[in-house]
Amino acid sequence: MFDLDKWEEIFNSISKNKLRTFLTALSVFWGIFMLIILLGSGNGLENGVKNEFSNDAINTVWVYSGQTSLPHNGMKPGRYIQFTNNDIEEIKRIIPEVDHISTQTNIWTETQVNYKKETGAFEIRASLPGHRYIEKLELQEGRFINESDVMSFRKVAALSKSVKAALFKEEDAIGKFIRINNIPFKVIGTFDDSGGEKGRQQIYLPISTAQKVFNMKTNINNFMMTIGNSTLEESKAIEKKIRAKIAERHNFSVDDQKAVYIHNKIEEYKMFTNIFSGVEIFIWVIGIGTIIAGIVGVSNIMTIIVKERTKEIGIRKALGATPYSVVSLIVQEAIIITSVAGYFGLVAGVGLLELVSKNFPPSQFFSNPSVDIKIAIYATILLVMAGTIAGIFPALKAAQIKPVEALRDE
Amino acid sequence: MIRLNNVNKSYMMGQNSLHVLKGIDLHIREGELVSIMGSSGSGKSTLLNILGILDNYDSGEYRLNGTMIKDLSETKAANYRNRMIGFVFQSFNLVSFKNAVENVALPLYYKGVSRKKRNTIAMEYLDKMGLRDWAEHMPSEMSGGQKQRIAIARALIANPKIILADEPTGALDSVTSMEVMNILKEVNRQGITVIIVTHEKDISEMTQRVIRLKDGVIEN
Repeated sequence: MFDLDKWEEIFNSISKNKLRTFLTALSVFWGIFMLIILLGSGNGLENGVKNEFSNDAINTVWVYSGQTSLPHNGMKPGRYIQFTNNDIEEIKRIIPEVDHISTQTNIWTETQVNYKKETGAFEIRASLPGHRYIEKLELQEGRFINESDVMSFRKVAALSKSVKAALFKEEDAIGKFIRINNIPFKVIGTFDDSGGEKGRQQIYLPISTAQKVFNMKTNINNFMMTIGNSTLEESKAIEKKIRAKIAERHNFSVDDQKAVYIHNKIEEYKMFTNIFSGVEIFIWVIGIGTIIAGIVGVSNIMTIIVKERTKEIGIRKALGATPYSVVSLIVQEAIIITSVAGYFGLVAGVGLLELVSKNFPPSQFFSNPSVDIKIAIYATILLVMAGTIAGIFPALKAAQIKPVEALRDE
Repeated sequence: MIRLNNVNKSYMMGQNSLHVLKGIDLHIREGELVSIMGSSGSGKSTLLNILGILDNYDSGEYRLNGTMIKDLSETKAANYRNRMIGFVFQSFNLVSFKNAVENVALPLYYKGVSRKKRNTIAMEYLDKMGLRDWAEHMPSEMSGGQKQRIAIARALIANPKIILADEPTGALDSVTSMEVMNILKEVNRQGITVIIVTHEKDISEMTQRVIRLKDGVIEN
C-alpha cells in the first residue's frame, strides 16, 4: 500500500518534469547502450578471427622451403632448397610430439580434369593421410586417402564438395573414375572444406602417386604437422629442432632465415588471444567509464532536483515525513530512472547487434556479434546498484534539509 | 498543553553567536486561542519553530501535551508533528504539482492511510471550507484566500492538538483575512488550541490572549 503510493508520488514528480527526467535517463541509456555495442563488437571481432583459426588445426607447424641467403660450407647464397619424402621421415623420427604429418604439394603443370562430358581445371593437392586432420576436412562420403593408397601408388582421388558438384552434378561419385590429364583416378571420397577457403575446388591425390604420375621424383614443396597438446614454449622448441634438422640435411646455415620458413600457428593464435584479451579489457574500461559518467549524470540531476524541491521537502517534513521517507523517495526515483533507461539501453544495444548480425554476413573479421546473457544480467544488476548510489548522496542531503530553512524563503 | 521553561536558543551567524531566545517561560492551556506578537527580530519565528518541533533549542524544557520535546531524532520529531501539530504558513506552502485534494490529503499519506480513504476524507475537509468544486484544481489556479483555506484544511485533516499559524493573513487582503480568522476561530471553538504569530494588531485583538515578545524575552 505504501509502496504503491510511493510509486505514485514518484511518477507524479517524474511526469511533472519530463525534460529533466529525460535528460537524466538519456545519459544512463547511452552508457549502457555503448557498453553493449562495444562488448558485442569486441565479441564479433574475436569470433570472426576465432572462426578463421578453427578452419585449420591450431596446434600446427607449417614448413616451407625457400632460398639460401647466407654462404655456408663453401656454397654461395641463392640456392633453392628442395624438400623430399625423406625429410618427412626424418622429422617424424626425431620429433615424437608429431600426431599427423603431411605435405600439400600442388601440381603446377597444366591439368585438365574430366568426367564424361564435364571438364574443369581444379586445384590438385598431393598429400598424405594425415592431411585430413591438419586441414580439418569434413568427410561427407566415402573415405580419404590412406596409408595403403600411398604405399601402393594407387590412383585414387578425394574431391571437395564443389568439385563433385561441378563434375558429377547429382550423380553418385564414389567408385567412378575421373580423368586427370587423361589418366584415370578412382573417386574414393568427398569432403567439405568449411571455412575461409569456401568454394575452393580441390582434389587430393596420394603424394606417392602424384610424384610418379607427374614426374616429381621424390620432391615435395612443404610439409606440415600437428603437435598435439604442446605449449607455446614446447612448440618453439620443436620449431628449433626442425630448423636444425633441415639445415643439417640440406646443408645451409641454421641462422639462415630465408632458406626455410616455419610457420607456427600456435604462436599466431596466442598472439591473437593476447590482443583480444587486451581489447576486451580496454572495452570494459571504456564501458565502465561511460557508465560511471552516466551515474554521475544521474547523481548531478538528482542533486539539482533536491535543490529544486527543497521547499516541497520542507513541507513534507513539516507534515510528518521522516528522513527515511524523504531519502527513499529520492533514491527510488533515481533507481527507477536508471533502471528503465538502462533497460532500454540494453534492449537497444542487443537489438542493434542482432540487426547487424542478420544483415551483414559473417566475414573474416566480424562474425556473430552478441553479448552473453550473463553479461546482460550483470549489467542490469549493476544498473540498479548504480541507481541507488546515484541517488544516495543527493538523498542524504535532502534528508538533512531543515524545514525551518526550507520554508523560510518569504 | 504547552509548557516552556527557561528555553534558550542561539544561532550561529558566521563567527558570531546570536542569542535569539533568552529564557522563555510560557504556558498555554488546551483550547486557548492565543497570539504571539513581536516586531521583526524579536524571535517570534524562532519560538514558533521550536513550538512546531521544526527546530531544536539549546537549554530549558519544552513539554507538549505532557511529552518532553528535547533533542528528538528526526524520525520521532516527524511523528509528533504529524500527529499533534497542524501548520499554517504565511506563504501557504502548498505542493505546486499537486491539486487541492492531494495537498489536503498529504498528512494522511504520512500517517499510512490508503489513497482512496485519505482522498475521501480530504474531500470532506475541502467541503467544510466550501472548496469542493476546486478539488481538482492546482494551487496556481487559486486565489490567496482559497489557498490559505486549503492549507487550513490540510492542517486539520490529521486531527492535531494544536494549530500553529505563522502570519496566516500576511499575504491576504482585509476581507479575506477576516474570512480566514473566522475559520480559525471556528476551529478553536471545536477545542483545538490555536496559536497565531502575527505583527498585526487587529489580528491579535481577535484572540483571547496576546503574548508579547521583545528582544527574545516575553514582556509582561
